[in-house]
Amino acid sequence: MRHTISVLVENKPGVLARIAGLFSARGYNITSLAVSETLDPTVSYMTMVVEAEDEKILEQIKKQLNKLIDVITVTDFTKKEHIDRELVLIKVNYSTKEKTKLESILNKYVAKIIQHKGDVMIIEAVDEQEKVKQLLQDLGRFGIKELIRTGRIAMAY
Amino acid sequence: MTGAEILIECLKREGVEVMFGYPGGVVLPIFDELYDSDIKFILVRHEQGAAHAADGYARATGKVGVCLATSGPGATNLTTGIANAYMDSIPIVAITGQVKTFLIGNDAFQEADVTGVTRPITKHNYLVKDTVDLARIVREAFYIASTGRPGPVLIDIPVDVQQKDIEFIWPEEVKIRGYNPTYFGHPGQIKKAAKLIASAKKPIIYAGGGIITSGAHQELRELAEKIQAPVTMTLMGLGGFPGTHELSLGMLGMHGTAYANHAIMEADLIIAVAARFDDRVTGRLDAFAPYAKIIHIDIDPSSISKNVKVDVPIVGDAKNILGQLLEEIKKTCDTSDWLKTVEAWKKKHPLTYKDDGKIKPQYVIEQIYESTRGEAIITTEVGQNQMWACQWYKYIHPRTFISSGGLGTMGFGFPAAMGAKMGCPEKIVFDIAGDGSIQMNIQELATCISNKINVKVAILNNGYLGMVRQWQELFYKKRYSYTRITGPDFVKLADSYGALGLRATKKEEVRPAIEKALSVDNTVFIDFHIEPEENVFPMVPAGEAINRMIGGMA
Repeated sequence: MRHTISVLVENKPGVLARIAGLFSARGYNITSLAVSETLDPTVSYMTMVVEAEDEKILEQIKKQLNKLIDVITVTDFTKKEHIDRELVLIKVNYSTKEKTKLESILNKYVAKIIQHKGDVMIIEAVDEQEKVKQLLQDLGRFGIKELIRTGRIAMAY
Repeated sequence: MTGAEILIECLKREGVEVMFGYPGGVVLPIFDELYDSDIKFILVRHEQGAAHAADGYARATGKVGVCLATSGPGATNLTTGIANAYMDSIPIVAITGQVKTFLIGNDAFQEADVTGVTRPITKHNYLVKDTVDLARIVREAFYIASTGRPGPVLIDIPVDVQQKDIEFIWPEEVKIRGYNPTYFGHPGQIKKAAKLIASAKKPIIYAGGGIITSGAHQELRELAEKIQAPVTMTLMGLGGFPGTHELSLGMLGMHGTAYANHAIMEADLIIAVAARFDDRVTGRLDAFAPYAKIIHIDIDPSSISKNVKVDVPIVGDAKNILGQLLEEIKKTCDTSDWLKTVEAWKKKHPLTYKDDGKIKPQYVIEQIYESTRGEAIITTEVGQNQMWACQWYKYIHPRTFISSGGLGTMGFGFPAAMGAKMGCPEKIVFDIAGDGSIQMNIQELATCISNKINVKVAILNNGYLGMVRQWQELFYKKRYSYTRITGPDFVKLADSYGALGLRATKKEEVRPAIEKALSVDNTVFIDFHIEPEENVFPMVPAGEAINRMIGGMA
């Protein structure tokens, strides 16, 4: 099962390597990872989606993260009321014939056309995971040429 | 002050009296400071020896051990010792030189990414990029190494950081926002634990290395006597409870005593104190202790419920928590029937070996025990020698058994003995070695002689890498693939270094050789020619339940 965890860390060189190293050394899987600065420049915020077969592994992941000296806090969103978002850039095949069809699909999501050049078009979408998944399904018939995702970020109330 | 001066000043303020290490190009400024310093510097013959010596020093004294090496190969040679300290939660600070800050990443001469290499085998590590940070980092390093669940911390210092001249400011306080170990047990959990203990008819205490780290041996003894529960120890826990005590069951696990393994399998309550349910202890996990509720006391939350599911977890320092528990426990069950059962197992299935007139390794260790009256510090290498040392010497005091538990590092015992002797010069320090292991760090003989560090080494010489040979005998149809090993003439070798070499080839020569070794003021190698194919029993085959022992009870 996938879980969203956020980790507040010291904004120091090598911290990302510590986290990545921990996951590889202990055989945990990261599905996505988003890292950025916060309002406090000495602190970075990491949101990660991790794959854990059971509660025991999830607990271990959190405990092992907490054990790192440079980790300040670990938050598990699994049982917390929160919102999460992901930004995706999608490159699809484009033909003028299908423009209206495409636009009507995009209207159902928080998505828009950023640019089109020749026979390709780049779409930007920002939404929660399930919606992004549906959007990708809907766009499938236009032929997705390329897909780039930022990974999930989350915020609790 | 220069960075190098600041480093030495900080080490002194941290109470460092001894360091082990080896010089090199990018640590020259530090060595120049050491030249006039009162810190005693022990020049080893290989950096691995320095790391193990710092480790042995830390285990014997409870203080932080310090080792120092140059960049690149010097630093990478420390890594086995650092990993060893990490697995056994031993506080050491390893200081390494690094190439100049502007050369880092340039593949400079003797450059290695040492913070990168040691990240997974240190509790924390630092690359000092500016001399201004040095004092704070040294202070943090000692604090992190010695508090919470202790462990090794590495400080990598580029040579230009050592040379730069700045004003020295000693940070009085250490404040690390991401590091706040818990020291006292949660009162609610203590109550729950006391309740479980009150209703247990077959309790057992399973004590690990944290007893020694936290100095909880007195509280452990009080608890065992108060609730009348037998005590079994992990390899790391030996000495945490007197092996001579009537409630002691000795070590449990793969080469534990039959009665310890049976007791834990039959128990209705396991009080695990600062032990981590490692695979060498539990054997087959799904068959482990089927009737027991488990109370698990550990300072590291990630140790709890990692391998076995625990009923009452208590995070905190063992000494504090045992103290809290002793206050909370008002009534206990009558455990006399249980103790009688365990006592009967002890009588019926003691540790044993066949005495056939040849030199048996078990006999050698018994004789070392008797001639030192259990008061020596024993270090071990890894393999059969280590397991026999666990089984046949009774450890009465904490910090008298020093052995590579988690990592299983051959070559550990001799340099560790050196470190232990530096920390406890008044004690007899005996390394129990095999003829394979001793050859892994034998170069430290020169260190012992030149610094007059008089340790005694008992080589249980069977001409084999004995433990691997034992597995080949039992599980690989006696196909002794590359486990026959030769060595030098250990007596001549000792002599060539200026140590005393002794040899025993007959049983009656064993005790006199030990007495002779103890009587001389020198490092001594004793080459005991033991029965070549003697095995360590009892033994739980890998992956079996721990009561299914070869040479144990049916």
